[in-house]
Amino acid sequence: MSDRLHVGTRKGLFELERGPGGWDIVSTHFLGDPVSAVLQSADGALLAALDLGHFGAKLWRRSPAGEWRELAAPAFPPKPEDAADDPHPWSLGRIWALQPGGVPGRIWAGTMPGGLFRSDDDGETWQLNEPLWRMPDRRRWMGVAGGEQPGISAVLVDPRNPADIRLGVSTAGIWATTDTGATWSLINQGMYNEYMPPGQEGDPISQDIHQIAHCAARPEVMWCQHHNGVFRSEDAGANWRELAAIRPSKFGFAVAAHPHDPDTAWFVPSAKDERRFPVDGQVVVARTRDGGRSFEILRQGLPQRHAYDLVWRHGLSVDPDGRRLAFGSTSGGLWVSEDGGESWAAPDARLPPVACVRFAGA
Amino acid sequence: MPTVSFTRALERFLAAPTVAVEGATLGAALDAVFAERPALRGYVLDDQGALRRHVAVFVNGQLVRDRDRLTDPVAADDEIHVFQALSGG
Repeated sequence: MSDRLHVGTRKGLFELERGPGGWDIVSTHFLGDPVSAVLQSADGALLAALDLGHFGAKLWRRSPAGEWRELAAPAFPPKPEDAADDPHPWSLGRIWALQPGGVPGRIWAGTMPGGLFRSDDDGETWQLNEPLWRMPDRRRWMGVAGGEQPGISAVLVDPRNPADIRLGVSTAGIWATTDTGATWSLINQGMYNEYMPPGQEGDPISQDIHQIAHCAARPEVMWCQHHNGVFRSEDAGANWRELAAIRPSKFGFAVAAHPHDPDTAWFVPSAKDERRFPVDGQVVVARTRDGGRSFEILRQGLPQRHAYDLVWRHGLSVDPDGRRLAFGSTSGGLWVSEDGGESWAAPDARLPPVACVRFAGA
Repeated sequence: MPTVSFTRALERFLAAPTVAVEGATLGAALDAVFAERPALRGYVLDDQGALRRHVAVFVNGQLVRDRDRLTDPVAADDEIHVFQALSGG
C-alpha cells in the first residue's frame, strides 16, 4: 500500500505520510503558488506542475535525493499564418494531467489549451503531439471554466501496450490512439449532453468528459464522470452505458477505478451543475461494486452538516492496492480512507482549495 | 544602454537582477536579457513571444503599447520595469 500522498492546492503542494498515528503533513513546497498536477515516478522523483497566475505554467522536478529543480515546461511551436482562425491559443495555459507512459522515461502531459505533450527523458524535454494538435477537428473543441480553453484532463495508457492511449477532453469527448499518437480518432458513443442545441445531444465531440479512469488489471473497463451523468465502457471507451443508479446525484467531477476489480469504482457526487456542492450539504462518496448496477453511499467520517465541498477532476485518488483512497475539496477538506471508502479520517489541516490528490505510485 | 529591472516576486523562482542591455526596442532589450538568462523568458513571455497576460511592462513609467510584437522603442537612458499586473485575490 502507498504510504505517501501528494496534495496540490491553490497555495502550495502538501506531502503527507502515514505514520503510526495516521496521516500527517510532513513537508510543504511552493507555498503560495497554485499546483495543478503532481506525479511521483517509479524511481521516487516527483514532478509538480505550477499554474502561476502571472508567470505561466511551470514544471519542477524533485530528484530522489530531494533536490528541486525547474524543468523547461512544455511549449507550443510558433503559430503559423494559416492558423490565424484557430480559436485556441498556441501557448501553454495549464498542465492538467501527468501520466507515466509505460516505458522508462516516458511521461505524457495533458494541458490546456488542449495540447498533448510527450517526454522520453523523465520530463527534461517535451514534444507537442503534432497529429492531435494540427487535426482540423481540434478547433471544434470547446473551452471549460467559463469558456476559456479546452483541456486534456486524463491520459489513460494501457498497461499492456504503451501505444494504446485514451484522452478525456473537457470538452471534446474521448480520443484514442493505438500507435503512440501518430493517428487519433474520436471514439465515444452512447453519451449524451443537456447543454447543446437540439440534435447535438449525442454528438461525440460535444461530450464534456469531466474525468475518466480505467481498471489497471482490465483497462478495457473504463468509468466516466461526465457533465450529465456517470457512464461505463467495457470496450476501452468506444461504447458507453449510462449508470442511472448513481446517487445521490449524477453530477460531479472525479472518478477512481479500482486497480484490480473491474466492477468497483468511486465517485464524489455534487448536487448539480448549477449547485456545485454536496446534496443536502453532506459530503459522501458513491461506490459501486457490481459494475454500476447499484451504488452505496459512504459517509462514515465525512462532514454531514453544512458542508459545501466540491471535488475537482483530479481531487480523488486510489492507491495501487485499491484499499486506500483520498480526496480533497475546493473548501480545503482532505479525507483519507484505509478500507476502500467505508470510513474516512481527516488529517489535521485546513488546506487551501485542493486541485489534485495523488498517492505515490498511483 | 537601457536598463531592465524585474519584479522581486520573481526571486522565489529564479534570479532576475537589474541589467543594462543593448536594444532599440522593448523586444530587443528583453531578448538581450534572455540571451543571458534563458529560463527567465517563459516567466515574462508566452509561447508566441507576447507579454504574458498578467505581466505589465513600463518604459519610463508608461505602460508599453505593443504587447504582442514588443515594438515599442527604447532609448539609451530608458528604464524598463517588468511587473506583475494587478490581479487575483
